[in-house]
Amino acid sequence: MHSSNGYTYFFVISMAVVSALLLSVVTTSLQERQEFNRAVDVRENLLKAVGALEEGMTPTEIDRFYRSMFTARSIEGPDGQQHDYYRFGPEERPLGYVLPVSGKGAWSTIRAFLALEPDLNTIKGITFYEHGETPGLGGEIENERFTRQFVGKKIFRDGELVSITIAKAALASESPHAVDGISGASITTGSINRFLKKDLMNYKPLLEDGR
Amino acid sequence: MAAKGSLKTVVEPLGISNPITRQVLGICSALAVTVKLDTALVMSGALIFVLVGSNALVSVFRNLIPSRVRIIVMLTIIATLVIFIDQLLKAYLYDISKQLSVFVGLIITNCIVLGRAEAFALKNGVWQSMLDGFGNGLGYGIILVLVAAMRELFGSGSLLGVQVVPLSLYADQGGWYMNNGLMLLAPGAFFVLGLLIWLQRTVTGYTEE
Repeated sequence: MHSSNGYTYFFVISMAVVSALLLSVVTTSLQERQEFNRAVDVRENLLKAVGALEEGMTPTEIDRFYRSMFTARSIEGPDGQQHDYYRFGPEERPLGYVLPVSGKGAWSTIRAFLALEPDLNTIKGITFYEHGETPGLGGEIENERFTRQFVGKKIFRDGELVSITIAKAALASESPHAVDGISGASITTGSINRFLKKDLMNYKPLLEDGR
Repeated sequence: MAAKGSLKTVVEPLGISNPITRQVLGICSALAVTVKLDTALVMSGALIFVLVGSNALVSVFRNLIPSRVRIIVMLTIIATLVIFIDQLLKAYLYDISKQLSVFVGLIITNCIVLGRAEAFALKNGVWQSMLDGFGNGLGYGIILVLVAAMRELFGSGSLLGVQVVPLSLYADQGGWYMNNGLMLLAPGAFFVLGLLIWLQRTVTGYTEE
């Protein structure tokens, strides 16, 4: 009986149904918590981008800080689409702006927050908060040793929007528009260069207005 | 007699027949998640859970599973458990699950899990199979934790995120000490793992035929 085709089909199908049922129950019951975690994570990274995240902040504190200091806005880009960004600081005196940028990495979508000083030129900070890059290689983009190089760099050169280029070591440290790359991560850094420039163009009206 | 056999089932995979150092299984995740100790601990816990669960379930159904499709059946059981633990981690240990990224999901393809199901759980009782799963999971975990402890200590100067090497010793603080950057990269894990395998084989006198 155990070797008949009918039994094999019966066993496989009933097992598939039971597993699927169990997993759907688990995922739906945990969904709310997972979404909360994701939302907190995004806010945590907003705080990190502007340098306001302190060690040991609880989700509630992060949420409160976010609500009091950030306002979500959007602007129409040259492509005619609305692009979201965040304004950081009290109403009368902005302390910075955070632009979400994203694009295709080596394995999956990379998402980052680029924070600018109120001059809309100097970089305040950057966090790569979602990516699927190779750990140890492209994955190093989330390492602070890499991201802190961006701080203080400029995205405009003589009034022209040039973005930031991740380059080879020798070129990078001198230039105000480049940072040192990561060895073994050419595809990752190459795609960041591309989407950073492309996405900054979307915010051109905002960036040029502020100047 | 039975008790002695049970003990052997748990203890043997910790050393003599350790899945990583002796059987050289499950290497990929051992390299990937051992940069820091906390990820290695969570990964080990996840693997022990999956291994005990899959061995138990495969053993319970061992006389019902049609042998022609047994690999598919075992993989379905393993995949279900892995997705379950992955969802749990995303809900309750979000930061660590983010760092482990794809590697929890990749437990599905970890050779240790399918290997134990096929080699042990299909032929043995539930209790014995669970012990075997626990022993092998723990054997994997011990190596992971050892490798991670050495990599975090020498690569970042910390353990579980707590700074161990005094900051004043560092070169940029006027001292002489520098972290070994190699330890943070995948080759660092190869070196540590190689040393561990060497150490174990010297102690046990085991050689590859």
